[in-house]
Amino acid sequence: MGEKIIKLPDVGEGVAEAELVEWHVNVGDIVREDMVLAAVMTGKATVEIPSPVEGEVTFRHGEIGDVIATGTVILKIRTAGEAGEEDAEVELSPAEPAPKPEPERTSPPPVEKPKPAAEIIPPKSVAGGAVKNGNGGHGAPRAEGERPLAPPAVRLRAKEAGIDLRQVPGSGPAGRITHEDIDAFLSREGGSGIAPGLQPNKKIEEIKVVGLRRRIAEKMALSKSRIPHITYVEEVDMTALEELRGRLNGNLKPGKPKLTILPFLMRATVKAIAEQPGINAHYDDEAGVIRQFGGVHIGIAAQTAAGLMVPVVRHAEARDIFDCAREVGRLSEAAKNGTALREELSGSTITISSLGAMGGIVSTPVINHPEVAIIGVNKMAIRPHWDGTQFVPRKMMNLSSSFDHRVIDGWDAATFVQRLKALLETPALIFVEE
Amino acid sequence: MKEITCKLLVIGAGPGGYVCAIRAGQLGVDTVIVEMVKPGGTCLNIGCIPSKALIHAADDYAGTVAMAAGRNAMGIKAESPSIDLAKTMAWKDGITGRLTMGVANLLKKAGVKIVMGRAKFRDGKTVEVETETGQQVIRAENIVIATGSAPVELPALPFGGPKSPSGGKVISSTGALSLKEVPQRLAVVGAGYIGLELGIAFAKLGAKVTIVEALDRILPLYDTQLTQPVAKRLAALGIEVFTGTKVKGLSSNGEALLAENGDSQEKRIAADKVLVTVGRKPVTEGWGREELELELDGRYLRIDDQCRTSMRGIYAIGDVTGEPMLAHRAMAQGEMVAEIVAGNRRSWDKRAIPAVCFTDPEIVSVGLSPEEARADGREVKIGQFPFTANGRAMTLSSEDGFVRVVARADNHLVLGIQAVGAGVSELSAAFSLAVEMGARLEDIAGTIHAHPTQSEAFAEAALKGLGHALHI
Repeated sequence: MGEKIIKLPDVGEGVAEAELVEWHVNVGDIVREDMVLAAVMTGKATVEIPSPVEGEVTFRHGEIGDVIATGTVILKIRTAGEAGEEDAEVELSPAEPAPKPEPERTSPPPVEKPKPAAEIIPPKSVAGGAVKNGNGGHGAPRAEGERPLAPPAVRLRAKEAGIDLRQVPGSGPAGRITHEDIDAFLSREGGSGIAPGLQPNKKIEEIKVVGLRRRIAEKMALSKSRIPHITYVEEVDMTALEELRGRLNGNLKPGKPKLTILPFLMRATVKAIAEQPGINAHYDDEAGVIRQFGGVHIGIAAQTAAGLMVPVVRHAEARDIFDCAREVGRLSEAAKNGTALREELSGSTITISSLGAMGGIVSTPVINHPEVAIIGVNKMAIRPHWDGTQFVPRKMMNLSSSFDHRVIDGWDAATFVQRLKALLETPALIFVEE
Repeated sequence: MKEITCKLLVIGAGPGGYVCAIRAGQLGVDTVIVEMVKPGGTCLNIGCIPSKALIHAADDYAGTVAMAAGRNAMGIKAESPSIDLAKTMAWKDGITGRLTMGVANLLKKAGVKIVMGRAKFRDGKTVEVETETGQQVIRAENIVIATGSAPVELPALPFGGPKSPSGGKVISSTGALSLKEVPQRLAVVGAGYIGLELGIAFAKLGAKVTIVEALDRILPLYDTQLTQPVAKRLAALGIEVFTGTKVKGLSSNGEALLAENGDSQEKRIAADKVLVTVGRKPVTEGWGREELELELDGRYLRIDDQCRTSMRGIYAIGDVTGEPMLAHRAMAQGEMVAEIVAGNRRSWDKRAIPAVCFTDPEIVSVGLSPEEARADGREVKIGQFPFTANGRAMTLSSEDGFVRVVARADNHLVLGIQAVGAGVSELSAAFSLAVEMGARLEDIAGTIHAHPTQSEAFAEAALKGLGHALHI
């Protein structure tokens, strides 16, 4: 008999630890080769750990949500092979570190409990034998207007829960309403169409913050605690851009993606950055270094079922508007269905956050640390505009952008946003090489 | 004096009021209670408790007198017993003193502020209290009226009446409970439970007691089966009972009570004291009701199932809200109102309020009597078990009486339980619990009742209802 020791592998990115997000095996389980044993998360990607051998799980370390250092023994598998212990460095195929979509990510997956040897079946309450006629049995309907029969503790509980006992069938002797009847009533309430009236809900549910949610929480806290944000809001007249966009979409050549506002904004951002490269940077405050990037890697904040993800359009400066649109479409699809690669979810140098129709009037975007700027897109709407002689309807949209005030002065922030505004309001400028 | 502002103000520290205040205090409600006499109200000071003390003393004395007269079946002899009623009353006052002190301490422990004095509403949120040190204004979000009840006075027999060395001739129960000597001849007007309890006690203490009742029987609220053992005992104690007889007043020389029966025959009942116990009336005057817009329900304050009056933020509990005028009803109401004021969902959902007569023998009634159950249109099963077949009753030399259980015929749900017999007041707990819990005859019959106790009669009555009593 041999034993395979499985340590938490280095999952890339040079990280020293990863969060355990799923267990697929319990101690005592028989596993086959390549069967998925567990899933860990690092950065924003989930990595599955396959079994290198066939055998029985004899040891398991770590609970869902634990952050475990690389190299920690997480599993031992007893194998039928040669004697002696053997370390297994699990081979991770870099081709498929595909994060699995996890719709229930907010709550830890249920950990299977060992089943008791024999199931105990709770005895059913049975009406006493002496009553032969009438309502002695279970849940017999009460005659109209008859007062429900229930002991004081049950009445109190019903009162506090806002339950009208007249609605509750009694299963006890003589139709007595028991605590179990209240439980049953509560569990099917809603489905029964009975409205028990307004009632305080004193339930408190504890949801363990794990996986992507924890990553988001940590990143947001890091950003907000480290970065003094300055948020600058400006309105942009999108009428001309919308007209152009309408024309382009109206005469799309086959193979060209439909254009949203986003690719225009991305191209405008590239243009504006060309004049203010300090906006396209990472501020490593520990090292005291600002890293300005030549390439504009635009993170696109996207809502997925699991939570916020930021897929990255790399080298937007080298992509034309259709290429930008195509890449955004591909990446957000990948992020949503969980097939985005790790490198597609990291490495942005500036981020655009757009909630589209949900964009509201103003937002205060949180900078994607260690970047120094984030552009927030608010909702576009037709608003009256005074053109000097009359009110005219214009398609107006606000941009709410935040900057790291440690390295970007208010003047620079304003200049950047004003440049974006000028480009968007006269979209031809986006395409003119100056 | 500086105004007091509080969340809850309770007017009257009787059993309803003080329980309400204690519970509210426990629930963290900022509470003030106003009392004009002593904490404990009628119940502790001039009602339940002192009358039970007097009844106990009378029983002991009567038993000893029987021993002295050679009428003790157990062979116990005594010689020339006597009673010093003033001392009895002092002993009784000691008990009530301890209890009222206890209530005051409980209120303090619960963080309730006690204000002594007479309360009067200024408006629906403000009450003025005349205290020894001046007027105290109290403003409250919620006010509970727990002013209780007082003995009803007969126009023909106003309390007080001709003075005698031992005070007024016409007395209420309050007066009877503070007599310093046993009257030789006591006339009792009204054969309800108060008149009978006190009449029997004074008869046992040596008074020649005559009871006059306008209706045609004693204890008209109870069925004759239950009252019959009491009637028998009254006769044995030499108490004369005139039913169907109305009092006219005192004779001109004040020596006798004049009464008239259904045949217009006049009766002269010579009496040293006339005890009038013709009921109690709610105290709905004297506290500024005229300043409020409270709807009445007959003589009483109208309340809903949460003890709310017709005015927002004003509750009423206890005797002022109607029958049955019983301390334990008031207490339950008070507790409920405290919970409601504290923000909890509550409403009156009691199935039964037990009633006890501390006559000789005692009577207990919980829930529906057979007639009441039948009047509800129910088919009922009735199980009755006599104490003559109960060993413990024999050893107590009190075989009078029975336990009776009323149940639905179809599902044997217990609707009511009554009993008459010595000491049956203590069985009221089991009776009430059975009704509140929704017991069936089988539940009672299937519960082991300790032997030898009077409670076995309860289980036997349930078995009887099921058709197979064991000991009869």
